[in-house]
Amino acid sequence: MRIVVRSEICSGCETCVSSCPYTAIVMKEGKAFITEYCQLCRACLSVCPEGAIIEVMEEGEGVTVAEPSAYRGVWVFAEQRNGKVASVAFELLGAGRRLADTLGVELSAVLFGSSEESARELIKYGADRVYLAQEPLLERFNDEPYARLLAFLINTHKPEIVLAGATPIGRSFFPRVAAILRAGLTADCTAFDIEPGTGNLLQTRPAFGGNIMATIITPNRRPQMATVRPRVMKRLEPDPSRKGDIIYVKPDNLSSRTKVIDTVKEVSELSVNLQEAEVIVSGGRGLGDAKGFKLLEELAALLGGVVGASRAAVDAGWISYSHQIGQTGKTVCPKLYIACGISGAVQHLVGMQSSDIIVAINKNPEAPIFNVANYGIVGDVYEIVPLLIKKIKELKGL
Amino acid sequence: MNIVVCIKQVPDSAEVRINPETGTLIRDGVPSIINPYDLHAIEAGLQIKEKLGGKVTVITMGPPQAEQALRDALSMGADEAVLLTDRAFAGADTWATAYTLSRAINKIGADIIICGKQAIDGDTAQVGPELAEFLDIPHVAYVRKIDSITEDSIIVERLMEEGYDIVEASLPVLITVVKELNEPRLPSLRGKMAAKKAEIKRLTAKDIEAEESLIGLKGSPTQVKRIFAPELKKEKKMLEGSPEEQVQKLIEELKGLKCQFL
Repeated sequence: MRIVVRSEICSGCETCVSSCPYTAIVMKEGKAFITEYCQLCRACLSVCPEGAIIEVMEEGEGVTVAEPSAYRGVWVFAEQRNGKVASVAFELLGAGRRLADTLGVELSAVLFGSSEESARELIKYGADRVYLAQEPLLERFNDEPYARLLAFLINTHKPEIVLAGATPIGRSFFPRVAAILRAGLTADCTAFDIEPGTGNLLQTRPAFGGNIMATIITPNRRPQMATVRPRVMKRLEPDPSRKGDIIYVKPDNLSSRTKVIDTVKEVSELSVNLQEAEVIVSGGRGLGDAKGFKLLEELAALLGGVVGASRAAVDAGWISYSHQIGQTGKTVCPKLYIACGISGAVQHLVGMQSSDIIVAINKNPEAPIFNVANYGIVGDVYEIVPLLIKKIKELKGL
Repeated sequence: MNIVVCIKQVPDSAEVRINPETGTLIRDGVPSIINPYDLHAIEAGLQIKEKLGGKVTVITMGPPQAEQALRDALSMGADEAVLLTDRAFAGADTWATAYTLSRAINKIGADIIICGKQAIDGDTAQVGPELAEFLDIPHVAYVRKIDSITEDSIIVERLMEEGYDIVEASLPVLITVVKELNEPRLPSLRGKMAAKKAEIKRLTAKDIEAEESLIGLKGSPTQVKRIFAPELKKEKKMLEGSPEEQVQKLIEELKGLKCQFL
C-alpha cells in the first residue's frame, strides 16, 4: 500500500502537513507531497478537506490465511500466582462472555499450574470449558513453556479470539505465542466489539501515552489476540450453579531455558488498596502543594476510601508515585471517584473513566475532566472540599 | 561478548494530541527522541561491555531520519550502529517489526540482546518477546536489576505485579529493561564528535534476505482501522449555585443514587 496525494485535487491548504506524526508530508510547488518518511499510519487520510489523499493498494497485498471461518470460540488465558487465579482472569471472563454471546460461540478458559478447584471457580465466572494443565513446570511462570503449550492448544482447538491480562506475565509471554502462530496481537485494550458483517474483533486501545485512541483489527489472520489491563473490564457475578467442563491437558516435551530461582513479594499496601478501593479521592495540579492532600485524606477517610493523584501532582513531588492513576500509573474503577483540582489530561482519564460515579471539582469550567464527570462543581477545592467534609460529618452524626 | 541493543526513535508522546474538532494529530514542534526506556537498554549494554569486554551494536528499524537516534546512541559509547531502512518496511506492526529485526540480528550475531520494556508511542511491549521467539532464544521481560552475568548465563530480577522474581537464563538471551535498572550516562564531548563522523550501516530488505510477504504492512496481521480522540462519556450534570448550594446538591444526588458511602 502507498499513500498518495492526487495533486489535481489538492488545494494546497497544508492541513495534512501538521497531521503527520512522522513529518512525512511536505509542500512542493503549492501541493502536498508524501515523502519516503511515510509510515502508512493513515492519519492524513481523514483530515484532507478535499479528499485528495488516498491509499493505493498494490497487487498481491494483504496478509491472507486459509479459512478464518475454521476458527471458532473465545478463549481467556487465566493467569495464576501461587496457584491462585488472578483477579484479571475473572474480568477477562466478563468481557469474553459478552463477545462469545454476541458471536454465538463457547467461552473457554486456559489455566496452567493450578488446581481443579480454581478451574471450577472460572466456570462460576462464565467459562463453558476450562483447559487445565497441572504440570509442575507450569506452577511458576516461565515464558517458553507457557508460550509453547498455549500455542499448541490454540493450534489444536482453533479459537477465533484469545485474551490475556496485560500484566507482567501476559505482556511477557503472549507476544511469543503471537510470534509462533503468526497471529495479530493488540496490547492494553480498553474496549472490544464485534464488527457486524465480518465478525472481526474491534480492539480499541490508547496510544501515544493515551493522548490518542486507536481501533485495531486483525482482518485476515486467526486467532485474534489481545491483552487487557487489570480493572478495565467488569467481572460477572459468580453463579455457583453454572455448569462447565474441565479438560485435562497432559503436555509432553515442555522445557524452559529460564528458571525462577526465587519469588519475592514486595507489595505496597497502597497499590493494592487503590485498585480494590470503592472510593477514591484524587488530587492534581490544582491543589497547589502537598498540603492539599491532607485535606483529601480527610475526605477519603470519611468515605472509607483512599487517595489517588494525577501525574502532574506526582511529578511535582507532592505525593508518591504509588498513588498515581492514569496511563503511566494505575488503572482504577471504584464506585465513586472524586477528582479535585485535576484538569483531566487524557493520560489521566484513561486510568479512571470507567469509574461508576465521577465527581469533578475544578476552578476552570472548561477543564476536560468535566466531560467525563457525572457531577461537576466549578469552584475552589479549598472551599468545596471542607464544606463537603462538614456536610458528610453532619450526615453521619460525627 | 556481542551485545545488541534495539532502539526506536519516537515522537515525544507527551506532546502529541488530537484536535477534537478536526480529528487531526497535532504534532507542531513535537521533537523526535530515543525512546526513553531504550536509553536504559543502551546503558545496560555499555555496562556489560565494560565488565566482560566485547562490543555494543545499536540497531533500529525506521525511516532514514532515524539515523539521528543511532548517532545519539553512538555518542553515549556504542561501538556500531545499524539502520534497517526500506520503504518495504513501512507500516509494520509488532509482528513484522520483530521478524525484520530477527533477520538482521541473525546476520550480526548476538550473545545478549537488550530492549527497552516498551516504546512510548505504541506502548505495546511486544517486539522484545516476539523477537526472542523468532530468534529461538529465551527472554526475560521487565528486568530491573542484573545480579550477575557470565559468558553462559545471566541472573536478573524481573519485576512482577506483587514484587519480583529472581530468574536465571542461559545465553544467548534477550532482556527488556525498566527504568529502575540504571541511570543512563550523558554523551561525552568526544563521544559526540566521534558519533558525528561514525559510519552507520544501512540494511535493506534485500540485505537481510527478508521474506517479502512477512515485512512491512504486507507482513502485519494487525491493521489500524481508525484513530480518534478519546471519547468522553455520558450526560454530565453541572451543579450550580453558591459553594454551599453546590455541595448540598452533590450530597442529595449521591444520596439519590443510594450511595452507601454516605
